[in-house]
Amino acid sequence: METIACPDCDLLQRIPPLPLGGKARCGRCSKTLATRRSDTLDRTLALTIAAAIALIVANTMPLMGLSAVGRESSTTIIGGAHEMWLQGSQITAVIVAFCAVIAPAGHVLFLLTVLLAIRRPPAPRWVGELLRLAHFMEPWSMTEVMMLGILVALFKIAQLATVLPGIGMYAAGLFVVLVAAILVSFDPHEVWQRVAWADGESPPTLSDTASDPAGAR
Amino acid sequence: MSTAQVSAARVGLVSCTTCRLLSRPADRAKPGYCPRCGTALVWRRRHSVQYTWALIVAAAICYIPANVLPVLRTTALGSTESDTIIGGVIFLYASGSWPLALIVLVASVMIPLGKILALGYLLVTVQRGSVENSHDRTRIYELVEFIGRWSMLDVFVDAFVVALVQLQPLMSVEPGLGVVFFMVVVVLTMLAAQSFDPRLIWDAASERQLHHG
Repeated sequence: METIACPDCDLLQRIPPLPLGGKARCGRCSKTLATRRSDTLDRTLALTIAAAIALIVANTMPLMGLSAVGRESSTTIIGGAHEMWLQGSQITAVIVAFCAVIAPAGHVLFLLTVLLAIRRPPAPRWVGELLRLAHFMEPWSMTEVMMLGILVALFKIAQLATVLPGIGMYAAGLFVVLVAAILVSFDPHEVWQRVAWADGESPPTLSDTASDPAGAR
Repeated sequence: MSTAQVSAARVGLVSCTTCRLLSRPADRAKPGYCPRCGTALVWRRRHSVQYTWALIVAAAICYIPANVLPVLRTTALGSTESDTIIGGVIFLYASGSWPLALIVLVASVMIPLGKILALGYLLVTVQRGSVENSHDRTRIYELVEFIGRWSMLDVFVDAFVVALVQLQPLMSVEPGLGVVFFMVVVVLTMLAAQSFDPRLIWDAASERQLHHG
């Protein structure tokens, strides 16, 4: 039994051992505190490897091509940011590049490294550092927003020219689905239990300090 | 729940924001670092209320030029046309795609405004020590945190329109200044959501329980 404080309301409570597929919610604010899924780490690793491959394809192959009155142009994901830079909107270019390329790549690559490193516990301290970075990148990784943005952009352009989706587009779509699956299957607390402690040794858990059980469902 | 509800801070325990480990700092004034992951421990996010206020006020100010200034400038056969965000929504609606028009309207106009108002409401209630609707207020915070990224939609639309429509000398599209302000609004509101500490919502309730319970 693990004692934790709810990250949303700080209520002290115990998380009882959960059955497979079970979920524990905070007894006060109902935030989901813990879930238990079968082999979360192996499954997430497989999904992360697939996502990394999809990401490489999505970023190297053309996203879409356009032809109008005999002229053609095509773009990649980073091409969208690059053109913004050339057209004089550098700040926008940097943020677009960060949210569409750097954050998704960072999130998946850090996660991949973490999941590989903890296969032989205890994993060294830097694994925890990388997991923290991956968490930091997560909200800024906006591939799904970008896909919807491309859809709207295509609709706007479709009146002016013929637009052809490229391989990069399909790979980006696959990446969006894989990242959603990673977020569902990944349980970071499994990782923290396998990482070496920052202060050198792992003291006993604080299981005797709280009195309030979480509502397990 | 029949037993008393105790917040961790009340009994001298601090929860690590990164790995969720509970620690009992020897010195309440200086909680130090998490023994497991090394993150600096805080009872509540530092200056949470002030930072969040500053960020949403800045976002509210930038929201005006973001909507007034053009986001795209289209040059075709010598003539130039400017489009604001609302102009883009009207264009989508007029060309027969009301679902896309609605998506862009919600993502670009309503979500940023809704986030600013929602965070403002949370800040005011926290500062007044309100104990009502704590449950709903937590849900509002979760929604704000979850939905915020979708307002980046219009920035991506503009980036890919600009990237694709470069058929000089026939036709070209340039980004306008509005897109910069708009992006600043989105980034500031996302940072504001991250700097707000939802535990503050419940602190007033814990306080009251201590005195009356």
